[in-house]
Amino acid sequence: MESIFFFVVAAVAVISSILVVTCKNPINSALSLVMTFFMLATCYVMLDAPFLAVTQVIVYAGAIMVLIVFVIMLLNIRTETVKRGSHAVISGVILGVFVLFQTIWFLLKGLNGGNLTGKTGTMDAALINRVGHVEVIGKALFTDFLLPFEVTSILLLIAIIGAVVLAKKKI
Amino acid sequence: MLALNNYLILSAILFAIGTVGVLTRRNAIVIFMCVEMMLNAVNLTLIAMSRYLGNVDGQVFVFFIMTVAAAEAAVGLALMIAFYKNRESIDVEDINLMKL
Repeated sequence: MESIFFFVVAAVAVISSILVVTCKNPINSALSLVMTFFMLATCYVMLDAPFLAVTQVIVYAGAIMVLIVFVIMLLNIRTETVKRGSHAVISGVILGVFVLFQTIWFLLKGLNGGNLTGKTGTMDAALINRVGHVEVIGKALFTDFLLPFEVTSILLLIAIIGAVVLAKKKI
Repeated sequence: MLALNNYLILSAILFAIGTVGVLTRRNAIVIFMCVEMMLNAVNLTLIAMSRYLGNVDGQVFVFFIMTVAAAEAAVGLALMIAFYKNRESIDVEDINLMKL
């Protein structure tokens, strides 16, 4: 049952991501990308990460995609009329297939040997059901990752200033 | 629970489709969306690995990646608007001011 559900979700995710690349109109690409984000959020729920699924929907499908659609409509971009030369498309697809095999090889290399290399921990479905996913993430975020968390706030501040400076006509 | 391989292969497929999009499209905003898709594929790998190792660190990294993607969206779209004001186009082949 779970595997059937996963394969349906994966098929929808792959099809909508192919639509992102192939659609002529950027608005259609953006809406397909929202669909991909929702399918990935479903995968996160299946991986016992409900808080990240909610964040995915709010931050990606909500904030970032609204910003992108807003810019597409603001700039009034027409659909692409002049196609890129076909040899560029063919070489792009060949490189993409190469990347696909390379990524799959990388990702499955550790598994076929039978052992995942990496630090194992104590997080499992029972723990997440008992104390909640937010608490599990929050504990790690505010103890082990406190310095990166603070640095992230500086990053966001710089991004705000950068966006304002770039969008102004005259500084 | 499903085998880890399923999630990793889905993530690899999404990453490869994003790569094809970056290499073949000319519209800067579509390229930007493909980059977001590649970031999401990496997020899926991190969450799946974190779940199967039982280690929460990967999920915290996903958090940081989301923050960086939000910052990137703000600055990148501002750059595109600034470019559109100059050239009336966001085709990447028109971005050639520094070409000799």
